[in-house]
Amino acid sequence: MDTALAFLNTHMEMVYIVILSIFLGVEVISRVPSVLHTPLMSGANAIHGVVIIGAIIVMGEADPENYLALILGFLAVILGTLNVVGGFVVTDRMLEMFKQKKKQ
Amino acid sequence: MLDSLLPIIYLVASVSFIIGLKMLSAPATARRGNLVAAAGMALAIFGTIFLYKKNGEHLHNYPWIFAGLLVGGIIGVVVARKVKMTAMPEMVSMFNGMGGACAALISMIEFNYLQSSGQEAPLGLLLVIVLGLIIGSVSFAGSVIAWGKLNGSIKDKAFAGQHIVNILLLIVLLVLGVIAVGGFAGNWQQEVFYIIIALSLLYGVMFVLPIGGADMPVVISLLNSFTGVAAACGGFLYNNPVMLTGGILVGSAGTILTILMCKAMNRSLKNVLIGSFGGNKSAG
Repeated sequence: MDTALAFLNTHMEMVYIVILSIFLGVEVISRVPSVLHTPLMSGANAIHGVVIIGAIIVMGEADPENYLALILGFLAVILGTLNVVGGFVVTDRMLEMFKQKKKQ
Repeated sequence: MLDSLLPIIYLVASVSFIIGLKMLSAPATARRGNLVAAAGMALAIFGTIFLYKKNGEHLHNYPWIFAGLLVGGIIGVVVARKVKMTAMPEMVSMFNGMGGACAALISMIEFNYLQSSGQEAPLGLLLVIVLGLIIGSVSFAGSVIAWGKLNGSIKDKAFAGQHIVNILLLIVLLVLGVIAVGGFAGNWQQEVFYIIIALSLLYGVMFVLPIGGADMPVVISLLNSFTGVAAACGGFLYNNPVMLTGGILVGSAGTILTILMCKAMNRSLKNVLIGSFGGNKSAG
């Protein structure tokens, strides 16, 4: 119990960010027309690619002799990049198609 | 001067994610919103590579990092450009799975560091590592199954009492998670950790397998918000505000989006997740 409270106290700023972000996420999305559901999902998918930053940090801190960490980290960087780059490009293509549909 | 630049870059990136999501939810601005978020992401990535410092030391292993970025970037662009319009939802699912796997891999490496350091790990650190591992693995396995179902290579499979098995699996997973975080495993810590990986992957498969193909977009959206939470665990792990805001934002927006998608189909989320069992007569 004490350790849990201590953990909360040392991370209070982050707990605030978490709670405010939850409400923000709900507010930002709540009035989306249903045609935009799939592009929005895809866009959000690209945004959670921020996990790539963790992969870069873990890779950059790895001991050059620790091959397990290097290999797993390398894989993580590749997968994270795929998520980010692929996510944004696919979203862009979806929205492009959407625009053309509207013109017709 | 340069040292204080990174937090500002992270701030700008976080704001760009929020604005990007906001713009994405209106037809007129959607495409620009995507670009805004992408620009913020690029800023955050390159800021991290060149400016990130821990204990006054820059990152190293640059060749590995750039090779990874290059390989992932090229494959990502080529695959995303080539995919047929009709195959896009399954592509989104695949990319989502990659993000989940990335989060799980980060947890594995950090756990490996903790083990080899031999020191007793702080409770909070273990908690975010194990959470990131479980959620990331479930999201990865689930997304791959969703991808397979959408492109037709995996058929719906349900057997009697599957949701009971799933619930049991989830309970075992949670108990093991508590054991790992609380350090009750003693010398078996490593083994418990590996079992958690295996069970999380199994749960991801079992969770998505029985759900009908038509409901897949809803499930992908749900897994999408899972990966967001897994990314946020990484934010706690590295005290990194942009991972935290980006991850939680997607986690909450994704959850709401999932509910909205269900509503658009005139169904409830519970109905989508459990309903398939009623629909499959041969299973009952």
